[in-house]
Amino acid sequence: MDIFKIALAGNPNSGKTTLFNALTGSNHYVGNWAGVTVEKREGRMQHAEHIMDIVDLPGIYSLSPYTLEEKISRDYIQNENPDVVLNIIDATALERNLYLTLQLIELGRPVVVALNMMDEAEKKNIQLDLEGLSAALGVPVVPIVALRKRGLPELLETVVTAHHAKAAYKPRRFNYGEEVEAFVREVELKLPKSLKADHDPRWIALKLFEHDIEVQKLVSPLKFDSGHDSPDRMADLRYRVIGEMISGTASLEAIAFDPLTDRIDRVLLNPFLGLPIFGLVMWLMFYLTFNLGGVFADLIDVFFAVHLSSWVTAGLEFLQVAPWLVSLVVDGVIGGVGGVLTFVPNIAIVFVMISLLEDTGYMARAAYLMDHWMTKVGLNGKTFIPMVLGFGCNVPAIMGTRTIENENDRLIAILINPFMSCGARFPVYVLFASVFFPGNETAVTFSLYILGILMAMAFAMIFRKTLFKGEQSPFIMELPPYRFPKPGDLGIHVWEKVRGYLIKAGTVIFGASVVLWFVLNFNFTGQVPITESFGATIGHFIAPFFGPLGFGTWQNALSLVSGIIAKEIVVANTAILYGLSDTAGAAEFGPVLSQAFTQVSAYAFMVFVLLYTPCVGVIGVIKRETNSWKWTGFSVLYQLVVAWVMAFIVYQVGMLIFG
Amino acid sequence: MSLIEAKKGQCVILENIEYGHKVKKKLQDMGLTPGVRLCVVSSGLFGPMIVDVRGSRVALGRGILGKITVRNAEA
Ligand SMILES: Nc1nc2c(ncn2[C@@H]2O[C@H](COP(=O)(O)OP(=O)(O)OP(=O)(O)O)[C@@H](O)[C@H]2O)c(=O)[nH]1
Ligand SMILES: [Mg+2]
Repeated sequence: MDIFKIALAGNPNSGKTTLFNALTGSNHYVGNWAGVTVEKREGRMQHAEHIMDIVDLPGIYSLSPYTLEEKISRDYIQNENPDVVLNIIDATALERNLYLTLQLIELGRPVVVALNMMDEAEKKNIQLDLEGLSAALGVPVVPIVALRKRGLPELLETVVTAHHAKAAYKPRRFNYGEEVEAFVREVELKLPKSLKADHDPRWIALKLFEHDIEVQKLVSPLKFDSGHDSPDRMADLRYRVIGEMISGTASLEAIAFDPLTDRIDRVLLNPFLGLPIFGLVMWLMFYLTFNLGGVFADLIDVFFAVHLSSWVTAGLEFLQVAPWLVSLVVDGVIGGVGGVLTFVPNIAIVFVMISLLEDTGYMARAAYLMDHWMTKVGLNGKTFIPMVLGFGCNVPAIMGTRTIENENDRLIAILINPFMSCGARFPVYVLFASVFFPGNETAVTFSLYILGILMAMAFAMIFRKTLFKGEQSPFIMELPPYRFPKPGDLGIHVWEKVRGYLIKAGTVIFGASVVLWFVLNFNFTGQVPITESFGATIGHFIAPFFGPLGFGTWQNALSLVSGIIAKEIVVANTAILYGLSDTAGAAEFGPVLSQAFTQVSAYAFMVFVLLYTPCVGVIGVIKRETNSWKWTGFSVLYQLVVAWVMAFIVYQVGMLIFG
Repeated sequence: MSLIEAKKGQCVILENIEYGHKVKKKLQDMGLTPGVRLCVVSSGLFGPMIVDVRGSRVALGRGILGKITVRNAEA
């Protein structure tokens, strides 16, 4: 039994995570655009008598890191001493992919090349001389189709062999011409022994030739001068070596792009039609979420509010359970958790739509189409991707900002992301829209999403002009070929997200519902009417803050404060608060609710929920990603202020017009 | 001329990139090295451009397009 470490390295979108999932049986996120994986993930698998610890890494174009997530990959490959580097390359873009391969080989650790996407290569009629390629690289090359798990046993055998032959492995020395070789010899001569023991001296020399800052630090105080434009020449020389390799081993089709993608893009990226089509796609996404999701949601709602409540009440009364416990279970748990679970279908549809955008390859096109408009607010098209992801959940969306190169751009992207209305806020809109704006639910909800986008754009511009002055970073992004999403994968992704939502309902929301039920039924003297409870006291204390916004009742104050734990709690609370006086449960609290709000104040309430401080999950991820309490605190406060001001404007102006 | 002037369908040879070294390095790593042949696959009304380079598709924003000098290549 031996245990060894394998690092998966390769260009973005080459199929690393797909292979990782296939090998380890996990379900990590795969999408058809560059930059899906932004953190390293480990998994273990057993092959014959070998245990392999496999690490999936973010995609990189080169071993010189440019963005945060690329640095994670480089640090791992360079410093964590994986036993074998498994380099996944996309057979349909061989030339570009081999650029990293050369650098990985030069690093000096055993490399195995997995030539992925062989199905697409075959379809394009690319002829490859695998033995020739392997001989030219000096490492084994194994053709695979990660998506269909083809070629994996052979790949694993090769990895095991490479691991065992480690002692005898000598990396191939690619010939970059006399100028580079002379520089390499000079460096090798002057390097101290201690450095040569840990690193391949040729690799150090080549990285110095590229002016790599990390390696310059490594060899300091030694300094080597390779001329100011040597990095340019190095890139060129590498591509020359690759060019020769390819002309000897691959047919001409290897450098042609997918023709079907071109035909589709002629329509979808048409200068005149592109944006309208994108608008239509977004509209369709919301339309289906409201309408298709709503049909199922109604069925579930009836189930919880009417059937389950009455069955459970009957059952508990039959068992002669104390009335307060019946109330806890029926009003607190079924009312609160049920109120949230009602929206599972809508949430599922949001995630289906986002996954479709990602898996087909349209997401990268959306970034391209929006680039012009994003430039207007001081960002670039790439920032649009985390914004769209925010419609699902802001937590992964904020992590997704790691692909943004410029640190200022990234901070802006993090700060504006919570304005993108996540799935957890959706239930609040549906609940209030259906009570106060029957017949116009879709329009009202859609208007909130639009308001969120506009606020995000406006604040991007404000931040760019005030806090983060400086040059705009350019938009550079690879566009993948269109791919057909695999229904099974799509199902798994959506299920993973929905499962997260269900777990949250079963834990956080459940707990909050129980706590809230107690807070609303007790004070220091014991069980009391709701108006004398702890909850009422707390709510009364905060309520004046919301007075000018039109919803300054103690019930709303309590809902909004507890909503910071998770925004669904606002719905759970509303269900409990307004449902308590009425044993029929959540279904009939509409009339009660409508006494507490007018149309104007209900809309102001929704605006507040859209914009105010996101849940603790988001606060946590902002802290982690900015690594600063200052920015985290800033983000919490400014959103609270923005929400208050916007809700104030909506309410006061609304009262002038409709009041 | 600069890449921004290239028309859809036109193929050009890259001469130079005038930009900070980080961005330049990134572009080079993605295959945009001097002498490489670029073909404009599509271009927006006022926005970015998509070029074919070494068999992959790269979208480039206006800000960077103006900083890339190219010369004509016969199609
Ligand atoms: N046709 C085909 N598609 C594949 C294959 N392997 C992966 N894909 C698709 O390629 C796309 C990218 O796959 P990922 O596994 O997310 O790629 P990655 O290398 O992890 O990407 P990043 O995390 O962004 O660096 C997805 O749409 C996959 O379904 C394959 O062998 N054949
Ligand atoms: Mg990945």
